Parts: sequence; C-alpha cells; structure tokens
Amino acid sequence: MLVFANPAYDVAHLLDAGVLILSFLLLSQRRLTGVIRIFSFQAFILACASAWQAYIQDAPHLYLTAFIALAFKAIIIPVALQRIIVKFKIHRSIETVLGVGGTVVLGGALVALSILLVFPVTMASAALTREGLAIALSVVLLGFLMMITRRNAISQVVGFMSLENGLILAAVGVKGMPLVVELSIAFSVMVAFIVFGVFFFHIRERFDTLDLHELEHFRGDRHK
Amino acid sequence: MNPLVFILGIPVVSALLFVLLPSYKLASKLNILATFATFLATLVPFFNRPETTQLFLIDDFNIYLLALTAFVTFTTSIFSARYIIHEIEIGRLQPHFVRFYHAMYQAFLFTMLLALSTNNLGIMWVAVEGATLTTVLMVGLYRTAAALEASWKYFILCGVGIALALFGTTLLYLAAQPVVGTGMPSLTWSVLLPQVSAFSPQLLNIAFVFLLVGYGTKCGLAPLHAWLPDAHAEGPTPISAVLSGLLLNVAIYAVLRFKMLMAGNSHAFAAGPLMIFMGLTSLLLAGFMLYKRGDIKRLFAYSSIEHMGIITFAFGMGGPLANFAGLLHMTMHSLTKAAIFFAVGHIAQIKGTQRMAEIRGLTTSQPILGWALVIGVVAIAGLPPFGVFMSEFLIVTSTFARQPILAIPLILGLLVGFGALIMKLQGLAFGPGEPGEKASVVALLPFFVHLALVLVAGIYLPGPLVIWFQNVAKLLG
Repeated sequence: MLVFANPAYDVAHLLDAGVLILSFLLLSQRRLTGVIRIFSFQAFILACASAWQAYIQDAPHLYLTAFIALAFKAIIIPVALQRIIVKFKIHRSIETVLGVGGTVVLGGALVALSILLVFPVTMASAALTREGLAIALSVVLLGFLMMITRRNAISQVVGFMSLENGLILAAVGVKGMPLVVELSIAFSVMVAFIVFGVFFFHIRERFDTLDLHELEHFRGDRHK
Repeated sequence: MNPLVFILGIPVVSALLFVLLPSYKLASKLNILATFATFLATLVPFFNRPETTQLFLIDDFNIYLLALTAFVTFTTSIFSARYIIHEIEIGRLQPHFVRFYHAMYQAFLFTMLLALSTNNLGIMWVAVEGATLTTVLMVGLYRTAAALEASWKYFILCGVGIALALFGTTLLYLAAQPVVGTGMPSLTWSVLLPQVSAFSPQLLNIAFVFLLVGYGTKCGLAPLHAWLPDAHAEGPTPISAVLSGLLLNVAIYAVLRFKMLMAGNSHAFAAGPLMIFMGLTSLLLAGFMLYKRGDIKRLFAYSSIEHMGIITFAFGMGGPLANFAGLLHMTMHSLTKAAIFFAVGHIAQIKGTQRMAEIRGLTTSQPILGWALVIGVVAIAGLPPFGVFMSEFLIVTSTFARQPILAIPLILGLLVGFGALIMKLQGLAFGPGEPGEKASVVALLPFFVHLALVLVAGIYLPGPLVIWFQNVAKLLG
C-alpha cells in the first residue's frame, strides 16, 4: 500500500492522531511545566489540523480557528500559566488521584469506548468524518479524565482546555459546520477569564497553594 | 421596528454603561431602570410578534419565558439595589467590584434573553456558555475562600457540562447535514423541525444524550448538581435569586427544544423516560439532602434541585396535561424561589449569618420578615392556596392517570422535601427570637409582588393564560 496515497485523508488522520497522542502524554506527565509545554504543543497540532481542514474543505473561516488556536492556546495561555507558576512558586510535581499507569490504562479504555460509540452511529458519514469524530471524542474524554484525576487547579485548567481542543477538532472535522469560529472564540474567552481570574482574585494570597486539597477544606456546610 | 433590538440591545448598552460608570449608587438605580425597560420591551412581542429569521425565533413557548425572565430580573434588581448598598456599608464588598457586578448583571440578562430568543442552536450554546461565564464571576465576588471554591467548582462542572452540550450540538449537525445541507440552516431549529424525521435516528439518540447531560448540568439535575448549592450559598443573594429563578429555566428550555426535535423522529428513542429518570433521581436525592442542611441559602438551593427534578419529570411524562403542569411549575417556581431568596437575603443581612442554628424565632423578633419567610416556604413546599400546589397537584394527578407506578416515587419525593422544609421552618420562624433590626414592608415589596402573583395563580388562573399554556403544551408534544 502506498504511503499518503490519499494525502487529504492521511494528513488529516496524522494530525488528529497527533492530538490524541499528546492527550495521553498529558495524562502521563507529572511535572507542571511539562504539562503546560505538552498542552502548548497539542494546541499547535490542533491549529495545523484546523488549517488542513480549511484547505481540504475549502473553508477559509477555519484558518481563523487555526489562528486562534495557535496564538491564544499555543502561545498566550501557556506563557500566562508559566508566569503563574513562577510567581506562585509551584514547581513541584502534581499529585494524582490514580497512579500514572492506571490513568493511562483507563485512558485507553476511554478511546475504545468512543470508537464503539461513534462508529456504529455514523455509518452514513464519510470515513474521515467518522474517524475524526471518534478521535475527537477520545480527546474530550481524556481531558475529562485529566480533570478528574488531577487535584491541582492549573492542571485542571489544562485538562479543560485539552477537552476543548477535542471539541474544536470535532467541529472542524465535520464538513461545513457553521459558527466554528464563534464557538472557539466563546471558549477562548471563557478560558481567558478563568486564567486571568486566577491572577485577578489572587487565589495564592488566600490559599498559599493552588492545590485543590486545600480548597476541599472549605467545602459544603462543614466550614461554618 | 423589531422588538428584539430593544430586548437584546438595552442589556448590552447598559452593561457597557455600567463598566464606565463610577458611582455604584447611581448604577444600582439605573440597573432597575434598565431591567424595567427590558421588561417592557419583552411585552411588545405579545402584540407585534417578529417574524422568524435564521437567527431569531419567537413562538408561544419562549415569548412567555422572555417576559418572565425580564420580570424577575427587574424585581431582583430592586432587591439588589438595597442589598448591595448594605454589603458595601458593612465592608463585605468593595465599590469597584460593584461596578463590575452591575455590568455582569446586565450581561447575564443579555445572555439569558439571547439563549431564549435565538433560532440557532450554535448561538444558543454560546449564550448559555456566556451565562455560565458571567455568573461564575459573580459567584466569586466576595473573594472569600468559600466563594472562590464555589465559583471554581461551578466553572469546572458547568464547563464540562457545556463542553458535552457542544459535542451534542456537533453530532446534531452531523445528523442534519445530509438532509438539510451544509451551513447555517443545519443548525437552525425552525428549519430542522419539519425535516427531523429524515435524520439518522442513531445519531440523534447519541446527540440527545450529550445534550441532556450537558444542559442538564446547568439545570442542576443529579448527578451533576454539585455546583448548584455552593454557587447559591456563597455568591451575593440577588445572584442566587436569578440563578435559581431564571438560569435553571433557560437550561430546561434548551433541553425542551431538543426534546421537541427528538419527538419529530419516530425512529429515535423517546426522550421522555430518560428525563423522567433524571427528574425523579434529582427529586429524591435533593429531598433527602434537605434534612442535613445547616445553611439557609444552601437549603433553598437544594429545594431548587428538587423543583428542577419535578419540572423535568413533568416534561418527561409529556402530553397536554403534564406539559401544562410543567410550564406552570416553571413559572411558579421562578417567582416563589426568587421571592424566598429576597427574604433570605434580608434575614442573612440582619442576623449577620446564614447558619440556621443561629437564626431563631423570626416571627417574634422580626414579625414582617418572619411571616414573609413562613408564607414563602409554605408556598414553595406546595401547600394550597399557592400556585406551586396547583402545578404539583396537576403533575401528580396526570401521573396517576397514566403511569400509577411512577406516582409512588414522585409523591414520596414531594413528601420528603415537604417534611424537611416544614421542619427547618419551625426552628427558623417560631419560638423565642432575639430582637434586632426590623425590615420594612417597602424593602420587601418585590417579595410581596411575587407572592401575590403566585397566590392569584393558585386561586384563579385567568382564561387567556390557560389557553396559552395549553397551546404551548401542545407545541411541546
């Protein structure tokens, strides 16, 4: 079989798979700086995937989505997060609820689940759409898993953004989906508010740490 | 001129104005004026209904929700003006945060009205996301540890919910695209509805599950309700009132729009049983949780989860009578719960605490406020002659007529919740109280207006209103 016999299909696949693999790397990364770097690279690959979809679908507005992913998620947010880490001096490794091995195995199960979920219901759609959608759902679920298994505020934000990368991947992969640009802007605004909210509210002043264990203490009726 | 220009325009312009306006006292008054103007604008479509476009749709269903939303935001802004000034006086809030608070209040109103009036499911998603964003920031307004944690939890849980809803929307587009064609029409609700029978049922099923769980998180349906009590308890009380009274309705509205699409495709599964299940779970869970509450705002937040469960159950049952009851219950719950939060806000400010153990004998110490709370709780617990009783009665009887088995958990849930509220009320309202500052009748005016409406609805629902609710109930299928 020829490699890249059908470049439109193969390159799209390659990029989608890249985003998925980076999701797994995120799950297995213990250091915060590493998490942020991997996320930045994932956003970069997402930008490439969007740009490629813009090219093969002949949908110029998707270049804008690609640009937002590149400028905002691959550069601005990671830089801001790095600054938070330096400012608040939280270099240490992240505590996980499950071990890294367990998390990755669970992640593999989630990928299988999304394939089982997506493939039977999208018989009528094009192969690229189906497979892209299955990968996108996997990225969403892995982001979800990361948010559940990490106790640290910054890695939860990264988990959320990685989940969002999956959504954008799904939206650009479906042919002619309207409003993709608006949707990605809406998400970016949300993330920006929250990330800068961490600055704004000076969470550090209150908690001394961004570890959510400290926050748990205040939960519910118990604190009063 | 299209009334939507004013309905959506006034909140946007006011939000921008409040960002620039330095005086919080003036802003709180202008806030009342702006919400009142918006409320008047939402009445215009009743006489002059705008045409359906690709972007906007006004039908029998959302026309009344628009007016209800604007009305409750208006009365809440009256309560809020007094509340905010008090919070600044005692130093809990800084004036420069209040500037931001008023701007966000208007932005929140805008996003809700946009979510209700749009015809495009993508824009609806953006609007619901915007509503989450504005309220996350307001919940964290006090900047206490508990408030920050509440807003963090709210952001994380609703962020995930919203993300799932977007995935559902993408799947729905994928289902629509082969039939309707690529581009905007495939996300336009009024275009989808007549053609939905030709969509792939399997795709619709999966899309609906994502949408129900996603928007269901925003309604506070179990098991994704954990954000709701914290967000209600730790944020400013006017925000608790609009969150409970309005935002939850908007989320239910979104779910119902998708349910209507599901009903149009005979091969897709019935959305009803899933909603019945989620509704009953929320109702029972919240009912039992009510007993353990020690915080007064948290108590009524759990009661909101319970009522969202009842409403979801009613719409899940479907059919003219249950839908009618669900619509009525949505309205009654909005009015009553917002009113209760007004009273609770006054109580918490006078007593300086939200802990129920420290609030005792209100009817002896602050008779007006105490009896107001009693009336409010009696109304929300579902006792006659208030409107909540009427809608709950209709839901129970229609369930008995069609699915007697389901009536058992329903009645159990209602009784459990009822018992908890009455039990808590006894401690709060009766017995010896400590004398203190008294609330004036004027300050409680928004409360009495809401309760009067609920009372009137419970005794006599005007004919035109009945016909109209019946029409909407038919529309919902």
